[in-house]
Amino acid sequence: MTKNIMIVGVGGQGTLLTSRIIGKTALEAGYDVKISEVHGMAQRGGSVVTFVRYGERVCEPVCEEGQADVIIAFERLEAQRYAHFLKKDGVLVVNDCKIEPMTVVIGAKEYPKGILEDLKKEHTLYSIDGQKIAIELGNSKVLNSVVLGFAAPYIGFDKAAWLSVVEKTVPQKTIEINKKAFEYGYDAQK
Amino acid sequence: MANKTIMLGNEAIARGAYEAGVKLSSAYPGTPSTEISEYLAKYDEVYTEWAPNEKVACEVAIGASYSGVRSLACMKHVGLNVASDPLYTFSYTGVNGGSVIVVADDPGLASSQNEQDTRMVARSAHVPVIEPSDSQEAKDFMKIAYEISEKYDTPVIFRTTTKLAHSQSIVELYDRMEVSDKEYSRNTAKYVMMPGSAIGRHLVVEDREKRLAKDAASLSINKIEMGDTKIGFITSGIAYQYVKEACPEASVLKLGLVNPLSKELIADFCSRVETVYIFEELEPVIEEQVRAWGFDVKGKELFTRQGEYSANLLKRVIYGNDDCVFDKKDAPARPPILCPGCPHRSVYSVLNKLKIHASGDIGCYTLGAVPPLAVVDTCVCMGASISALHGMEKGKGKDYIKNWVAVIGDSTFLHTGINSLVNMVYNKSTATVMILDNRTTGMTGHQDHAATGKTLKGEETYAIDLSELCRAIGVKNVIEVNAFDVKELERIVKESCASDELTVIITKAPCVLLKGQKFPNVCRANPEACKKCGMCLKIGCPAITKNADGTIKIDETMCNGCGLCKNYCKFGAIETVVR
Repeated sequence: MTKNIMIVGVGGQGTLLTSRIIGKTALEAGYDVKISEVHGMAQRGGSVVTFVRYGERVCEPVCEEGQADVIIAFERLEAQRYAHFLKKDGVLVVNDCKIEPMTVVIGAKEYPKGILEDLKKEHTLYSIDGQKIAIELGNSKVLNSVVLGFAAPYIGFDKAAWLSVVEKTVPQKTIEINKKAFEYGYDAQK
Repeated sequence: MANKTIMLGNEAIARGAYEAGVKLSSAYPGTPSTEISEYLAKYDEVYTEWAPNEKVACEVAIGASYSGVRSLACMKHVGLNVASDPLYTFSYTGVNGGSVIVVADDPGLASSQNEQDTRMVARSAHVPVIEPSDSQEAKDFMKIAYEISEKYDTPVIFRTTTKLAHSQSIVELYDRMEVSDKEYSRNTAKYVMMPGSAIGRHLVVEDREKRLAKDAASLSINKIEMGDTKIGFITSGIAYQYVKEACPEASVLKLGLVNPLSKELIADFCSRVETVYIFEELEPVIEEQVRAWGFDVKGKELFTRQGEYSANLLKRVIYGNDDCVFDKKDAPARPPILCPGCPHRSVYSVLNKLKIHASGDIGCYTLGAVPPLAVVDTCVCMGASISALHGMEKGKGKDYIKNWVAVIGDSTFLHTGINSLVNMVYNKSTATVMILDNRTTGMTGHQDHAATGKTLKGEETYAIDLSELCRAIGVKNVIEVNAFDVKELERIVKESCASDELTVIITKAPCVLLKGQKFPNVCRANPEACKKCGMCLKIGCPAITKNADGTIKIDETMCNGCGLCKNYCKFGAIETVVR
């Protein structure tokens, strides 16, 4: 059975690195893996979506509406935008942060209120303030490791397998803090 | 020795070129093709370069091929338009060393100005097209592309699409093949395309295409996968993966060579399958040929010419299925925007204030078209900003463009903007051209170019001085200004728009995403001094939003401390402080 992980966020939040870590972890566990990425114009602060699919044999590199096992959303509005990609028993993991799109800043649209509360009515949802934790840990840029660690138990694989891939993927200088951030997120789940 | 890893489609293409013994690659960056050159540059055995545009890149690959080595040129679909002049005649001369042109199409317009289909160009230029469906094939088919190029004496187009180029899948690696250089011998009938020789080569091209079409039936990259004989698909590239996902039981004719087509294989497949669907993104290139041969197939009456396909699309059309269990919720759009601290924002804030229209071009700065900056009025293709503004002046007179400027990036200016500026000088333009010099090719992910002083391989080189270049072609007024000096910029723009002399304004400030820069400052809002006038919001910086009471706040993790917002606050509610 193919597992579908979807990572959504705002361009610049590090969704690409997150999807690569998930993909590598699945690869090391012996699965066939496909990762779909977004490059170019869409990266400039726009809504960004990446996919990781793994299983016996994976054909399509993207997963489709109604098929995601886990969605990791790095921002609330993006969680709302893509929640319909979830399977019925899928899990939505949200980094509790708000980044107003320009349509809201200039007053053309309103940022929806109570997104998480509304989503919780329909979906299994867990949220974490990754930014706050990352700053407490001493580097706001490790936000993705916090959130990935928080989401990891819903994806699968053991903690050691995750940490070994984090170690191999993040920049040399930030290995320790990223591992610490991942573990913090992972343990926050309980 | 084989070894498995996971690779981006573009990385796999680079690896394929490396393994195929390619000696030279030339390219201009363009999403979704850019990373091929960046990955290939890591191999010491391959000479790689950024060319100023795709025409040059293609011609460099042609020269290397004539000299007797395997060569490569890479570009996006619209880049092939620029390179189509050499391509059409390269098809006539054929190759010496094998030559491949990678062209990346962008169905769904992830980062492009149109959705054109490269297979149409290839058909009219009579150039074979090979299309892979995952990273493994992207690598392996490159080697086959070089074999076909040399066997049939033709350049080969290697067509990819965004999903293939920008998805990762597992790849088995091999060592580089040792390909010996071919001898060059003078052969004017083959390499000098004058009418007398080209007449002869046209016949060669026609014959070559017929031979390849015949041989295509036994090519390993074309294959029939028989399954259910009631339903079958003729497909290629990433669309094949959607078929396998949605209809794993169906029969499939998977084409690795999509031009020319094998009539024999198609006839065989159609005779064995009851209902045949042609599943191809973009134009009905395969479908029209198959229908012309008299086969009864289904295609574009069911599947759109627009955007990317998916397995869900197939399921909906073929089975009437829809996997969706939740309704799609309405969410305010989040289009891409200029980054916090982007120098283009500063330039556009001045143009917006002066109510000036900008004839736009291709790059991050096209984003100046959207509110609140809303300065850019047009965007067609690389270099068009300058020539289109010239057309406006010559069409409607010089007073018509007193509130217009052309805006073009440094890399785009060197790509094809320079030709347009030569035309302005020659034909007595009075326009104002602004070169937004951020020292990089920004949108595609920060590639060097002829004015940055660094090569693709990271070596130091001569950096073309844009001011001197403009002066050398005859522009008398060339003014350099710091992009963030809004007062000075405003004065210069006003003056040059009012004058009847052609002026080039070069606004200087590096792209905020360029590595190695430090941003020690940050802008801080003082809610008590804020009068809620909204002036600072008019610059469209994503770091600035409103508090619940309408006063502004600045996200200090996003802010790069450029201080532009401070310039637009009359009440001193924003200050720049050290982080």
